[in-house]
Parts: sequence; structure tokens; C-alpha cells
Amino acid sequence: MLASASSLLPALSLGKYMAQAQQEKLPQVLVIRPPAGFKTFEERFSKKFQFVKAWESSLSIDLFLSNHALHVTALLCSAGTRVTSDLLRKVPSIRLIVTTSAGLNHIDLTECRCRGISVADAGDVFSEDVADTAVGLFIDVLRKIISSDRYVRRGLWTVNGEYSLGSKLQGKRVGIVGYGSIGSEVAKRLEAFSCIILYNSRKKKPYVPYPFFPTVSELATNSDALIICCALNDQTHHMVNDEVMSALGREGVIVNVARGGIIDEKEMVRFLREGELKGAGLDVFENEPSVPKELFQLDNVVLSPHAAAFSEESFLGLCELMAANLEAFFSGKPLLTPVMDFI
Amino acid sequence: MASSQEKETMGEDLDRTKLPQILIHRYPPFTVPCKHRLLRKFQLLEPDDSILPTHSFLAEYAQSVRVILCVGPSPVDSRTLDCFPSLQCVVGTSAGVDHIDLAECSRRGISVTSAGDAFSDDVADYAVGLLFDVLRRISASNRYVRAGLWPLKGDFPLGSKIGGKTIGIVGMGSIGIRVAKRLEAFDCHIAYNSRKKKPCFPFPYYENVPDLAAESDALIICCALTDKTRHIINRDVMKALGKEGVIINVGRGALVNEKDLVKFLVEGQIGGAGLDVFENEPNVPKELFGLDNVVLSPHRAVATPESLQALEEVVIGNLDAFFSNKPLISQVPHE
Repeated sequence: MLASASSLLPALSLGKYMAQAQQEKLPQVLVIRPPAGFKTFEERFSKKFQFVKAWESSLSIDLFLSNHALHVTALLCSAGTRVTSDLLRKVPSIRLIVTTSAGLNHIDLTECRCRGISVADAGDVFSEDVADTAVGLFIDVLRKIISSDRYVRRGLWTVNGEYSLGSKLQGKRVGIVGYGSIGSEVAKRLEAFSCIILYNSRKKKPYVPYPFFPTVSELATNSDALIICCALNDQTHHMVNDEVMSALGREGVIVNVARGGIIDEKEMVRFLREGELKGAGLDVFENEPSVPKELFQLDNVVLSPHAAAFSEESFLGLCELMAANLEAFFSGKPLLTPVMDFI
Repeated sequence: MASSQEKETMGEDLDRTKLPQILIHRYPPFTVPCKHRLLRKFQLLEPDDSILPTHSFLAEYAQSVRVILCVGPSPVDSRTLDCFPSLQCVVGTSAGVDHIDLAECSRRGISVTSAGDAFSDDVADYAVGLLFDVLRRISASNRYVRAGLWPLKGDFPLGSKIGGKTIGIVGMGSIGIRVAKRLEAFDCHIAYNSRKKKPCFPFPYYENVPDLAAESDALIICCALTDKTRHIINRDVMKALGKEGVIINVGRGALVNEKDLVKFLVEGQIGGAGLDVFENEPNVPKELFGLDNVVLSPHRAVATPESLQALEEVVIGNLDAFFSNKPLISQVPHE
């Protein structure tokens, strides 16, 4: 009996050892902090990649990196991990950064270029969902759907009678700030509601049939609403400022599905509180997950916790894309959604 | 001897009596739209606002009334029609006409007009907004943020993508077709049920609503309320739609068996609902208030200043047409 029990033990250890060895043969991917949904990703792709997980260690990040990441060539991150030149210096072996976001403002791209580090992002995987959210928030604000839901739930329909009127979508001039893959999907949807589309972008796009305005201020002057769809960078930081909001006017609506830092948030809160803007639909904020508390009191604002990109379906699509980019890298093939590709 | 004020009033009345008469049929709290515009062209007979008691008022005017302006959902039934033997036309101010006894009007040779297409775009916009809010959980996540839960509890659970969904439209009339056009831009697939198949529409047609529900991820209810469509959305339909299915109602509350819908929602037998109308407005089943997958709206799908303006044009247009013997603008066909 004892003999057979003890003969099992080495078998168990052997099994575990073999699983570990298998894992260790897999290409390594460094993850400093887990992107949203990482657990699902890890379960799905544990047979393809070995994840080197910094946050699970009790070591300081510097010690962890010098002990465990010196030979790792790929880094997986989300918009929540700042990939600075400092970080890149600590992991000189990194040759690829895969980010789960469409935005790139968290990555020092200049440093990547200098070091010849390739970068892959989420490509168009989110564009439709983000565009859906932009249009949905726009309808919500103009037609007061969310605030009327609140009205009903508070029992006010029976007490106070009819809720106030909203505003028609048809014929509204909607200024799209940033005519990229998201901006073009927003335009396509809003045309079905008979809105008039205008846009601002870094450069006029020759094949886009809508009126172009060279500055956001001029766009705002000619618009009933602005939908922010552009990237956040040094040029676009606080681009939507008090001048733009004044140009948009008291009947103007702002929808932001891009990055909080594109809008001067403090000014926007002031404009909304003072009734200098008709309303706002906001999925992003300057200092997430903190949201200015003054907005909680306002009926004409719809708040969303940076979820524009995230439907279950796009999330699965994202997982597939991240894995495909990593596999391409490890087998020396071109990246699927390169921002820059030095391979 | 009449005072100067009474003489003035009598003078006004004398002028007014030369104008064509319209009887205002109005249950409180509904108000007459565009009253100032109507007063310029017509003599408005308002039983509720007259100093005469109702029976005296009717004795004075009822025989000669040819047109009733039916305000909001004020019911027009046989008893109402019995009061006005010369009646030829009922001008409604809503898109729905389920509060008017169409069969009885037809029997008596009385034409009925509705709001026509005045509201259709706005209702379609609203229906899409409700669908988005339910599928992507906007109402619930808005509450989540306002309760300060984002920093405490982290990301909100994922919603469901709109694109690629099959949306079943119940009632492919002027509202239904506008909903279809909008949802196509979101890359949805459209299917529909209607009284009759519409050969000019490229979407798959289902002869009954349970079959439509079985093939759909969401149903949008846009049809008229009639005897045939009352409770058309019942348990069979909800079972066929399935646990992930969503119901959006911008038609009439009684199109849906509300008791069953509440049960299905509370028990998680259906994915969610966006409701602008209810069986007993303004009362909303309290069980719905606690649900995160439901968006509730106080019958506002039509409510923009622009659509109310459009309604005014339709109402005045129909009245002008009637009194000049021209074809009515938005006559409701009788089946």
C-alpha cells in the first residue's frame, strides 16, 4: 500500500513538472498590469504564450524586471499602463509592444522608434462599437432618454405629469472631431438620422463628402453638436477649450468617446453647470475612474465608465487580434495591426 | 342693457359664428394644440370651457357640428358619436387611433384623420436610442457612475454589440421603415412582421410574431393597437425571443401583455426591455424600477418641439382640407 502510494508522488510531481516545462518552452509575454479581461485572454491562450506577470510578484517593479524580464521580447499592455522611455530602458530586450487600445497616448512612440520597437494596437476592432456609443449617447442627450428613465424610476410621472420635451435629431449639424475609422463610422450612422455632417481633422480628406473646417473652433461655430473621435496627443490636449465651447453655444451638445484629456474638463463642467451648453454624453474623463462630482447633479449629462469600445463581441475580437499579433511576431510574420513595424 | 364689455364679447361672438365650427373633444389633462392658430380660422366649441352646462351646450350646438378635434387619447366611441348626428370628420392629434371606434365611424360615414407622419422620425430615433441603451447597458452604467461605484468596483459589465444583430420590427409602417433605415446603418439585419407582406421591402417577412421572434435578437414594436394586435406580444413571443432577447415598445402599452413581460424580466427569462408606453399610463409596474436591464420612458418618443410643430401643420391641414372639400391629408383607412 505504502509502496503504491509513494510511487504515485513522483508521477504527480512529474506531471506538474512537465506542464511547467511545456509552459516554459512557450514564447514569453511581459504584462506589467493586467488589461481589462486579461484573465479570459490568459485562459484562452495559455497554451500559446507564457505570461510574465509583474503585478503578481511581491518584488518592486524594477527588481522584477531585472530578475524575470531581461530576455522577454514582447510586452502586452492596455491604455492604463504608461510605456515610458524609463520603462523601456529597464526592459531592453523588448522588441514588440501590443496594446489593447485604439489610442496610443500612453506609449512613448518616439522612444519606440529610436529603439526599433514595433507597436501593434487594436486597429479597427472597436470602431463600430465606439461609433455606436457616440451616436447612442448623442440620442440619449438630445432626446433625454436616460434622464426620463430617472424621472420614471423616481415615481415622478404619476406625480408631476409629462416630462419635458427633447430635441429632434433630424437636421442637426454634427461636427465630427477627427475623421478616422471611428469618425467615419459615426458619420455613416448619423446620416441615417438625417443629420448634417461636418468635420475637422489634421488634414482635409479628399474623398470625404462633408464640409471640412480647419480648426475645431470654426467647426464648433457651424455645429449643433461636437462628437470627439480623435487621438490624444500634444496637439489635441485640451483642444476643446472654453473658446470652442463658447463657439458651440448654449444649445450645443458635446459627446466624447475618445480621451478625456482632449477636453478641458474643468471648463466643460463650468459650462454645463452654468447652462452654457445644452448637454453632454461622456464616456471618458481626464482622471478616470474619477468623474467630477458636479456632473452627478446634472440631468442633461449622460455618464459612461469608459465602456464605448466594450461589447462582449468586440472583446472576443480583441482577444483574437492580440493573440494573432503576438503569433505573427513570434513567427517572424508581419503584424496584423501595426502602428510601426520594424520586424 | 348690456355693458360695454358684454357688447364687446357679443360682438366677438357674432364674428366668430361666421367661422366654421369645430367641436373640441378633450379629456383633461390634454390641451388643444395650436389653439391660437385655430382661433384665427375656426370657431372652437369647447363644452368644458363654456358657462353653459354640458347638456345645454350640446342642445345649442350638437346638431350642427360636422367636425370634432379629438385631443390626445380622448376616447371617441358610439356614445360620443350619438351626440353629433351631423358629424362627418374626426381629426385626431396622435399617431395612434386606438381610442377612436374606427368601425363605428366607418359605419356612419365619418372620416378619421391622425397625426400621419408628423411623429414618425422622432419615434424611430427614440426606438433606436432605447435599443442602444438596453443592449449597451447605458442606463445602468450611468447609474453606476453617479453612485460613485466606478472607482470602487472597477469596470462595469460588458454590454452587447448592436452590429450583426437581427432586429425584428413588428409593424412595418411609417415608423417601422424609419427604424429599419437607421438600424441598417448600424449593420443590423432587419426582419419584420406586418398585416401584409410589403413586396417593395428587401427584408425577410414573417407571417406571425412568434416566428419573427424566434429569428430575432430584439423586437421593436411599432404597430397600431387594434383588436387584432392587443397583447400581440405574449408569452409565446417572449419564449421564442429567448433569454438574451430584448423588447422595445414605442407603439402602445396594450400591444404587450405587461404582466407577462414583467414576470419574464424579473425571472431573467428575457434579456431586457426599453419601454416608452405602458398599459395603464402613467402607472408603471413597480417591479421594473429595480431592474438594471430595463429602460423606462414616460411616453416621450414623439416629444420634440419640431414634431409638435409638424403635428400642428397636419391638424390645420386636415381641417382646411375638410372645410374646402379637398382630400384629407392623413386619413386613416378603415379595414
